[in-house]
Amino acid sequence: MKLSYYPGCSLESTAKEYDLSSRSVCAALDLELLELEDWSCCGSTSAHNLNHALASALPARNIALAQKNGVDVTVPCAACFARLRKADYVMRNDEAARKEIEETVGFKYQDNIKIMSLVEAVVGKIGLQAIASKVVKPLEGLKVVCYYGCLMVRPPEVQGFDRVENPTMLDDLTETLGAQALKWSYKTECCGASLSLTNTNVVEEIVSRIINAAREAGAEAIVTSCPMCQSNLEMRQEKGENQMPCFYFTELMGLALGLDEAKGWFRKHLVDPGRVVNL
Amino acid sequence: MKGKMKILAGTETLQTDPNFSAEVREKSGQPIELCYQCQKCATGCPVSHHMDYHPNQILRMISFGLKDRVLTSSAIWLCSACETCGVRCPNGIRISEVMDALRVMATENNLSRAKHTESFHRIFLQEVRARGRVHEATLMAKYKLKSGQLFTDLDLGLQMFKKGKLPLIPRGIKNKKEVRDIFTRSEISREGGK
Ligand code: SF4
Ligand code: SF4
Repeated sequence: MKLSYYPGCSLESTAKEYDLSSRSVCAALDLELLELEDWSCCGSTSAHNLNHALASALPARNIALAQKNGVDVTVPCAACFARLRKADYVMRNDEAARKEIEETVGFKYQDNIKIMSLVEAVVGKIGLQAIASKVVKPLEGLKVVCYYGCLMVRPPEVQGFDRVENPTMLDDLTETLGAQALKWSYKTECCGASLSLTNTNVVEEIVSRIINAAREAGAEAIVTSCPMCQSNLEMRQEKGENQMPCFYFTELMGLALGLDEAKGWFRKHLVDPGRVVNL
Repeated sequence: MKGKMKILAGTETLQTDPNFSAEVREKSGQPIELCYQCQKCATGCPVSHHMDYHPNQILRMISFGLKDRVLTSSAIWLCSACETCGVRCPNGIRISEVMDALRVMATENNLSRAKHTESFHRIFLQEVRARGRVHEATLMAKYKLKSGQLFTDLDLGLQMFKKGKLPLIPRGIKNKKEVRDIFTRSEISREGGK
């Protein structure tokens, strides 16, 4: 099976381990990823804050590339996923806006491909059973909470991902890998990542609320699919001995599938994962 | 101040702009007149206690036409666009769309008080315009220089560099011109609204 792949800027830098683990895991599960040729930045929060025309046009250029490939596109980064889905939603539902975007970008919107997050691609296209059959090192005894954040789930009519207040897709996947996904009420709470550089004190407070909730639930680690959340949660939590690591779901998949290269990904974390996972 | 409702009038006379609420309604596409101040938005908002005005207060001030107060508020820049409020509002008001519209208006009217945040977004977009992608190391360095916070987060930057997460040579895309043209054309179409 083939899907187009849009990594996005974070996966080239701060979320390098997400890119590496996504590619390895998909290869191990026979899901071929075709990286969009010469993809560009989705504009992220900045375009959306300063210039609405740009906020649709930048993701639309990448949708145009995916249209050329002719197969559905998967987007691991939750922030890029949200921007691409939004532009796609606008083009599908608002004709005037679509024409304007088409002119700005210089393409014709065909509505022939679906944009899906990598979690959905893995769970939907490969399937939990198929994944379970390839697990060679079940993550027994590992207690985690799954953290979806904002961008995967909201707004629901645009993202079309799972249930908005209590999504379970990551939980199901994590349990398939043999770990225990604990119940908690912060699954879709905002971590404030977009304010991380500009309002650091505000963000430290939000992050400590989330980490405390994870601890109270009995978790040793947090599992996420969002690079903004991952780096923010590791970077802005209180320093000290007792820090809580935050993993990409693909990293845990790599461990459970017994992929040798997994060790290298975990070394890239700011919080030492060694206490929690056996490498 | 925190947590308390503010009395907006008192002995002070406040400037209002009778067109403001219609303008925000149009630019955001949101039915702001439906708000009945249930405060559900403020209750679930992760940052409301840091805001000078809670999200529901911003909505009320818009209906009053308090344009300057709204556009100079810190609240519109603290909103992280998490959409929690929008999903929960019983009247279907997407406040993050309202906040978006307000930020664009504040920038256009040169009223924004959150110069740091605005300058971060500008630097980000300059990077995209120049290279087609964002290079996180360059972005952080430029922002820190510009905002005069050169030494905060230095340890984090170093750690990330050591972990191979901040390559020092920015890579650009091949077709940079295509992205530059998108910028030029969207700056023109910006005059036409959303
Ligand atoms: S939740 Fe909706 S109706 Fe209630 S105060 Fe907020 S905007 Fe107004
Ligand atoms: S979208 Fe903005 S105002 Fe609404 S809950 Fe999130 S941060 Fe608060």
